[in-house]
Amino acid sequence: MSREAIKHPGLNLGLAHGADHDAAERVMFGFWLFLMSDAILFGMVFATYVTSLHATAGGPGPHDLYDIRSVFIETLLLLASSATFGMASLALKYQHGKASLIGWLAVTLLLGVAFLGFESHDFITMFAKGGVPSRSGFLSAFFDLVPLHGLHVMGGCIWLICLVGQIARYGLDRQVKLGIMRLALFWHFLDIVWIAIFSVVYLAGLA
Amino acid sequence: MSPVGILAHPLGRLGLQSLPFWQMLQHPTEANVINGIIATGAAGLLVIGAIITAALITKYRKWGVLWSEWLTSTDHKKIGIMYVVLAFVMLARALIEACLMRAQQAFGLGGGFLSPEHFAELFSTHGTIMIFFMAMPFLTGVINYVMPLQIGARDVTFPRLNSISLGLTAAGAMLVMVSLVLGKFSTGGWFGYPPYTEANFNPGVGPDYWIWALSLSGLGSTFTGINFVATIWKERAPGMKLLRMPLFTWTALCTSILMMFAMPPLTIAMAQLALDRYLGFHYFTNALGGNQMHFVNLFWMFGHPEVYILVLPSFGIYSEVVATFSGKRLYGYQSMVMATMGIAILSFTVWLHHFFTMGQGANVNAVFGIASMLIGIPTGVKIYDWMWTMFRGRIRFTVPMVYSIGFIFLFVLGGISGILLADPGIDYQVHNSVFLVAHFHNVAVPGVLFGLIAGYHFWFPKAFGFRLNERWGLISAVCWIAGFMLAFFPLYGLGLMGLPRRTVSYNQPSYVPLEMVAFLGAILIIVALGALVMQLWVSIQHRHENRVFVGDPWDGRSLEWSVSAPPPHYNFVVLPVVTERDAFTAAKERGTGYQRPETYVDIELPKNAAIGPVLGAIGLVLAFGLVWHIWWMVIASTVGLLAALIASGFARDTTRIVPAQQVQQQQQRWLDAVAAAAAILRFDECKPANAGLAEQEQAGVAA
Repeated sequence: MSREAIKHPGLNLGLAHGADHDAAERVMFGFWLFLMSDAILFGMVFATYVTSLHATAGGPGPHDLYDIRSVFIETLLLLASSATFGMASLALKYQHGKASLIGWLAVTLLLGVAFLGFESHDFITMFAKGGVPSRSGFLSAFFDLVPLHGLHVMGGCIWLICLVGQIARYGLDRQVKLGIMRLALFWHFLDIVWIAIFSVVYLAGLA
Repeated sequence: MSPVGILAHPLGRLGLQSLPFWQMLQHPTEANVINGIIATGAAGLLVIGAIITAALITKYRKWGVLWSEWLTSTDHKKIGIMYVVLAFVMLARALIEACLMRAQQAFGLGGGFLSPEHFAELFSTHGTIMIFFMAMPFLTGVINYVMPLQIGARDVTFPRLNSISLGLTAAGAMLVMVSLVLGKFSTGGWFGYPPYTEANFNPGVGPDYWIWALSLSGLGSTFTGINFVATIWKERAPGMKLLRMPLFTWTALCTSILMMFAMPPLTIAMAQLALDRYLGFHYFTNALGGNQMHFVNLFWMFGHPEVYILVLPSFGIYSEVVATFSGKRLYGYQSMVMATMGIAILSFTVWLHHFFTMGQGANVNAVFGIASMLIGIPTGVKIYDWMWTMFRGRIRFTVPMVYSIGFIFLFVLGGISGILLADPGIDYQVHNSVFLVAHFHNVAVPGVLFGLIAGYHFWFPKAFGFRLNERWGLISAVCWIAGFMLAFFPLYGLGLMGLPRRTVSYNQPSYVPLEMVAFLGAILIIVALGALVMQLWVSIQHRHENRVFVGDPWDGRSLEWSVSAPPPHYNFVVLPVVTERDAFTAAKERGTGYQRPETYVDIELPKNAAIGPVLGAIGLVLAFGLVWHIWWMVIASTVGLLAALIASGFARDTTRIVPAQQVQQQQQRWLDAVAAAAAILRFDECKPANAGLAEQEQAGVAA
């Protein structure tokens, strides 16, 4: 591809989108910077978690609290939502029409909400087993890391709803396009963070 | 808390006992009365000051102007000026606190007049304000104003985000101001180590004020960092390659990268401490697996890069000032760039030297000690580069230059004491003594503050169109430098004599003489601040004879000097094409400094936006509600926050067009002024004859 066709890392709108494609360069670069900063945020809570693994203070630990089946379902839901968001991005890029775009976004939202539902259920189950954050340093660290990701997903869901609202109000104008592209990056970023959580917290915790 | 609870306590824990004079009225002991009068006086000054300001704005009917020309502005220049104004207000408060502390210590043999809690509040607010609400807004303001002009851009990449950053920073500063009137600020120092700041030991509002003030300003700085990096990366004028950027822009880039990566650890540390305090988590508590070392590591992973966030922009300012007032191009530009980047990278590898004595073991300490000493190398390179820049230059001793030379001498001393402290063996001996206080003031005051004040003098004519008074500026500079030396050199001695930092009183009569000298120094610094205020007043009075509308009062070298003073809203009529370093000097030498554009085109600019001040105001209310446990306020402002963010996402039509004809008129007026102005030689630059047009000299001979 030519230099003109790629303005920033990741999926580009492409030359067919004219000035919107050019405008994406700065906005997307800025959003990559934000993601870098956000990644440090997660890095810090991962560090807190890993260094608090043994601080259970006699309370319940990973084996007493984690339910790998539920977490596996969550993982599938989130990975699937990343795939459907990818379809939404392609619908935007190749101009498959509003209906297709909104359809894929709606599926993504449903998957995201389902993920949050399962995750909340996990937390409630943990609470019932005495796994509350005020029980130990380990549980505090757990409830810093995993819900921080959950809050991000929730923010992403609200953002998604707002973008659909903006499509309804303004159609596919530049700001909507750039919004969808940024949310896509955010969504995939959260997927990667989740894979780290799944590996470091759940798989390593139960190993 | 249940809905009933919210209704039963509509003001949370706010009550009459939160007022600064309540304790004095209830228990009028001598100590309570003295501390109560001081606290009430400070609160009264603040309230009266706020009322007078509001009254004056009302009297001159300026609320509309304030809102539409300033608070909602997305112009990087106006945002920059507002940041600097905020910094000066906070500087005044923190300096008065510093003077009060020095007074207490001077008379602290066996007692003194302040209570230990009051003294602890003073050093906590002093440190918090100086770092987060003086130095940070000051450097953010200067970068905001100067950097887009230096790279030939019309604005920053995200103008609305810029306004939001300012709103959040100002909200944090106001929260610290509110703590003067309602309740008490933290007594835990500027880095507020738990478990002391946990709810067990400090159930009051103090640490909460501190947590939320830092959170607000930290968030603002994160966004600022992202915005500046994007701007420098994406908005440079054609031909402005990285190695053609002015050195100040390079330091701005490094500082912004540090902001992006160093602020998140602070955000996490504050959030975790808040969770401990509000919801009974155990990150840093003594019991149930909490570990305070987590906080110490997180805080200094932020805190050490923060030191370089503060100092790098000043290094940039010194580079501009020294080159300009020596009439030479900066010596060793590439080594300066490498040194700046080297410092930025090394800054992430030394955080542990803030707690050598907290039990990591000798080998870990050795690694971090060596890493800390390494920072002396790039910094040393810079010092030599500045000296070589001056060498055989025709130096003019203007105010910024006086600060720069004072800085070079004093900073080397501060740096040497830093190398001493980087040795863990020595650190064990002097840690937690006022030797350390002397060291970090010795780098922070000449390194950070003098640089920012030099930048204020250097770019003030650019921002406001007239020069500052040289005489008062010189008086202030001399008082700053002498006051600094008197106030902090004695602390090296006192530290070696064993005086611990943060001690309200002592029993060693041998401390008294040095303490007295330090107190004199503090008074001299207050005089320096007074001289700065006086200078501003006199300069405004005489502004008409000191106009430099043409825009180049110092024979400047970079692009910000190539436009009028103050610059038009859009900065450049035509984006400049850059072919080499020191672009404006090169253009002047070629005789192409002031050119008439062939055609004029419409210019697109960001419109004003209310989201910045609105988010700032909501953030302040949210933080206030959290501090005082006013839960309805917390819920309402959280909802408001979400609503404002969503609404701003729906905003369209966010730019406006300046028509080509208007651009042409403005440009014509300026070009006429250029043609009418008499060019002046360098030794006339501090005289009224200086209209902002520099006579070009060739080969060191006046043309």
